[in-house]
Amino acid sequence: MFRRLRMPDGGVTIHVDGRPIAAAIGDSVAAALLAAGITEFRTSAVSHSLRAPHCMIGNCFECLAEIDGLPDRQACLVTVADGMQVRRQIERKTA
Amino acid sequence: MSNERHDLAVIGGGPAGMAAATTAARLGLDTILLDEQPAPGGQIYRNIEQLTRDGDLDLLGEEYRRGADLAREFRASKAAYRPNSTIWQTSPDGRIGLTGPDGARMIHAARILLATGAMERPVAVPGWTMPGVMGVGAVQALMKASGVVPDTPVVIAGSGPLVYLVATQLARAGCTVAALLVTTPGSRIAGALKELPRALLAGRDLLKGLAWMNEVRRLGIPTTNGTSHLRIEGEDRAEAVSYGADGARKRIVAELVLLHEGVIPNVQLSLSTRCRHVWDETQACWRPETDEWGATSEERIAVAGDGAGILGAQAAEPLGRIAALDAAFRLGRISQVERDLQAKPERAELARHGRIRPLLDRLFHPAPESLAPTDPDTIVCRCEEVTVGALREAVRLGGEDPNRAKVFTRCGMGPCQGRMCGPTVSAVIARESGHSIQEVGTYRIRIPVRPIPLTALADLVGDEEGLPPGGSTL
Repeated sequence: MFRRLRMPDGGVTIHVDGRPIAAAIGDSVAAALLAAGITEFRTSAVSHSLRAPHCMIGNCFECLAEIDGLPDRQACLVTVADGMQVRRQIERKTA
Repeated sequence: MSNERHDLAVIGGGPAGMAAATTAARLGLDTILLDEQPAPGGQIYRNIEQLTRDGDLDLLGEEYRRGADLAREFRASKAAYRPNSTIWQTSPDGRIGLTGPDGARMIHAARILLATGAMERPVAVPGWTMPGVMGVGAVQALMKASGVVPDTPVVIAGSGPLVYLVATQLARAGCTVAALLVTTPGSRIAGALKELPRALLAGRDLLKGLAWMNEVRRLGIPTTNGTSHLRIEGEDRAEAVSYGADGARKRIVAELVLLHEGVIPNVQLSLSTRCRHVWDETQACWRPETDEWGATSEERIAVAGDGAGILGAQAAEPLGRIAALDAAFRLGRISQVERDLQAKPERAELARHGRIRPLLDRLFHPAPESLAPTDPDTIVCRCEEVTVGALREAVRLGGEDPNRAKVFTRCGMGPCQGRMCGPTVSAVIARESGHSIQEVGTYRIRIPVRPIPLTALADLVGDEEGLPPGGSTL
């Protein structure tokens, strides 16, 4: 759904649900995931419907993810670091 | 714990914040600028230093160069700067709670200047919670910050200058804009024309806007004017958008739909600091009540820039400097005469940049349906998935203000703390109850306005001075 205008010179590797992805220095976690083709970030608390970043500036809280063991962090406000562990908060519908 | 004290703490690193901090430091105030982002610029000039270094400004346009100057002047000033700071509290007594790379702390400032800028007006339409639906500004932020752009055809739907600007920016970056669905009601044009003579005085600003619209045409972006009643269709993600135009229902396939109905002040901190707010009918948004210096109903708290009402990035600069002058006066560093004298050229600059605003406010005033949707199944509160229908029922049961409706429906109770539903909830309740939006009011916003990890909070406990004011639920 997204692409990079150019590949970054230097990069870092972060892990999303255990899978390594390349990110650019200075990326927010949300931007790194979107650039890597990840467009489903979490499921909603009430209906377990899929959610993804909506505002990208810290207002909508749709990009919440577990980052380095801490749940519910705003992925659009956290800058990537090499070796960072990201887990998406996805719960499948039980109905 | 922290005994850190400053004369002035500026919150937010956009044009208002940078200009204010630079000026305050020049006037001899011990000034600190606190910002959420890793580098100065705010949303408008996001990542401006990097973009300038990389020679990538062409993509965004000439007017962004101003941001690079502002950032350079700010960096060269004596103002302290703490980027990557999450502000979770500002108090009327001057305390500020923040979390940075080195943990949580409380600091104290004799005066606080909120320069928290604007956010996109949340656009509650059917299907807007699905992946593949984003703000026009959200995708622009992604492009500025990371050079990441859509690689599937996008549909842009909405109203306001940013719609045209981002359509051209995306097209120039090689993206396919499959359709531009303009929701500006045709009926707005007659009213807007009355403001044209004054807007003509704005010359450059008016030409800039016309140039964007012209470029949309030149780039061949398919544009439909007078669209309404958008609906994002899809199983669990955006697949298509349908809309009304020319009395018929139309549909276009799209995996990525970008919505926009203008920007509104980001009032989360000013609300939580208990500054008095008013519903601005002209701009259809909540804003803190401020005087000509940006002073609020709270003695130590001022607001500058779009956070006090939308006037745009260029007006934010003089507004920031005016607020800094007033801070220096109130702290006894300059006389009233000196303040007024130095403010004169700033007010002249402000007037220049303000000339286009009445035209923009009239022309792009959101349609009633955008402010307060009528479709009962439309989700208003994204976090708790509260619909228009549920709000209607709450009003019927006596939930005639947002805080009561919150108790009845859980609207505004999720992680975003009402940022995304606040204005819509007030507007829907007003319509359903027959009251004005001002009478209906808005959510009481409680601290922390951003989540703080319990471990970070634990570091603060035991420090009497650092404890947040009693009774707050954290």
